[in-house]
Amino acid sequence: MSKRDKQTADLEFVAGNGLIHRRMFLTQGAAMAGSLGLLSATPSHAEPLEIPPWMKAPGSHMSAYGQRSRYEDSVQRVVGGTPGVVGSGVSFTPIEKLHGTITPNSLHFERHHSGVPDIDPDGHQLLLHGLVDRPLVFSMDALMRYPTVTRIQFLECSGNSGTNLGPQAQQAPAGVLHGLMSCSEWTGVPLSILLEEAGVRRGANWVLAEGADAAGMSRSIPLEKMMDDAIIALYQNGERLRPENGYPMRLFLPGYEGNMSVKWLRRLKVNREPTMTRDETSHYTDVMLGGKALILTFPMGVKSLITSPSTGLNLTEPGRYEITGIAWSGAGKIARVEVSADGGNTWAEAALTEPVLSKSFTRFRMAWQWDGGPAVLMSRAIDESGSVQPTREALTREFGERRNYHNNGIQVWSVAARTGEVTNVYA
Amino acid sequence: MFTLSSRTAIVLGSFMFVTATQVTAQVSPSLGEAISEADLAAWDISIETNGDGLPDGSGTVTQGRSVFEAQCMACHGAEGAGQPHDRLVGGHGTLDSMQQIRTVGSFWPYASTIFDYIRRAMPFNTPQTLSDNDVYAVTAYILYLNDIIEADDVMNARTLRRVEMPNADGFVLAYPQRTDK
Repeated sequence: MSKRDKQTADLEFVAGNGLIHRRMFLTQGAAMAGSLGLLSATPSHAEPLEIPPWMKAPGSHMSAYGQRSRYEDSVQRVVGGTPGVVGSGVSFTPIEKLHGTITPNSLHFERHHSGVPDIDPDGHQLLLHGLVDRPLVFSMDALMRYPTVTRIQFLECSGNSGTNLGPQAQQAPAGVLHGLMSCSEWTGVPLSILLEEAGVRRGANWVLAEGADAAGMSRSIPLEKMMDDAIIALYQNGERLRPENGYPMRLFLPGYEGNMSVKWLRRLKVNREPTMTRDETSHYTDVMLGGKALILTFPMGVKSLITSPSTGLNLTEPGRYEITGIAWSGAGKIARVEVSADGGNTWAEAALTEPVLSKSFTRFRMAWQWDGGPAVLMSRAIDESGSVQPTREALTREFGERRNYHNNGIQVWSVAARTGEVTNVYA
Repeated sequence: MFTLSSRTAIVLGSFMFVTATQVTAQVSPSLGEAISEADLAAWDISIETNGDGLPDGSGTVTQGRSVFEAQCMACHGAEGAGQPHDRLVGGHGTLDSMQQIRTVGSFWPYASTIFDYIRRAMPFNTPQTLSDNDVYAVTAYILYLNDIIEADDVMNARTLRRVEMPNADGFVLAYPQRTDK
């Protein structure tokens, strides 16, 4: 028995093709920390240690606004767009290069419908009117004096993962396939306070939210949602919103499709019925088989994704790896995440990193012994409402391959034998 | 559907929600400034599906053609045929196919949305510069190109709210709950 075979023999396997029980993972977690952290049975010999140059002279001065290491400059949003249209399009969060659950503000995904406005907060106001007793205007200074709530919650574009709805699986980094999502700590004023101050009238059911961008981006929000957990977000991860995320204020609707959290919010109109704006009829609707379209599709479905291994993060040699990824649901907390290494034949429960928060990213981890053979990696999330993340095949049965939005299907990564190359596959 | 039976219910409801979301001071500091309907009118640009919000003014198909050719055609093509940007015309019968063509004519369920969207967001590089008459005219022209109104029809607040779109029944509400598969 070789040394590697002995090491493997001690492992408690819980599912096919090398998945290791999370009890083993938890007890050996420190030793295996770091995604793709290979534990070699026979470590290679290190070079003699030398004193590095940065210990031989003082470092640089303090800075008024910090920057990351220049050695991390390659971690960038991938900017897409509509050719010829300035500022309209998307940029993707490089989720495969990040860890934990919080998305740095500089890397939060973007979706703009007509560019990022340069708004002077002293010239920005919020109008609240329609079916209210008292139409009101709020200045920024006024809103900053209101009570706030703070929550860590995800934001996902309903078009996220749309590439995987196409007929052929595309080879792109996980961030390009699934990076129209981010998770931040949002601080803002509950809408319920403002609506109460204005006095909502009988018969009101909806609130139209409108941005101060050149698209006047507008969506109708159920009054019920506005009174529940909607906020006017002012801070993102402790600092004021970035311009591309709605500075000086945006609506934030936990769990709902991203574009409804209207950025650069300037107006709220309380209505009886949904306004049926262009972006809730022509766009952000899904045509089903038969030709009818689902409309007013608000919550993002339960979903998970293995971020490592993934396209471009190939395995280097047989041995121990950590499979890790994120799970989230617009309906509440993640209850559990299951991982398969054999294409869904067998599944094992992954370890969830605390805290597990409602409508938030939850990081999951699974220890894996790769034997160098072919493997097909999948993750499947189940939320506290009992909803189970569907397969791509199940979604296709209902929508064909024509759906544009709300793809929460299982991502399948194929690991090639010997080379360890990871590719995006559909089954 | 959420309904409110009285002012009292609203206040009580708000209080309960606020408590649940860990706000320390439930009472609003009441810093909103009152504004009259007249003074907020310039911002109130949304049009409801029943036509509420449509302004005074009117436009014809002929006027719309000339506005379209000057302001819209560079992006949307001659007669709204599309390229380099969205196609506005045709596509009927394509929704249940892989070659789905979603246009104003084949897909949009409400005529009010056309006026609303053109006025707020078009032309792309100079939004909110067209007069209400010009917006009515371009709306009329796009409806005409899609065989929804006649060449001599005039669009105004009274006529536009009566226009029925071909795909008005093409949608299934997912909120408040899914009613159809």
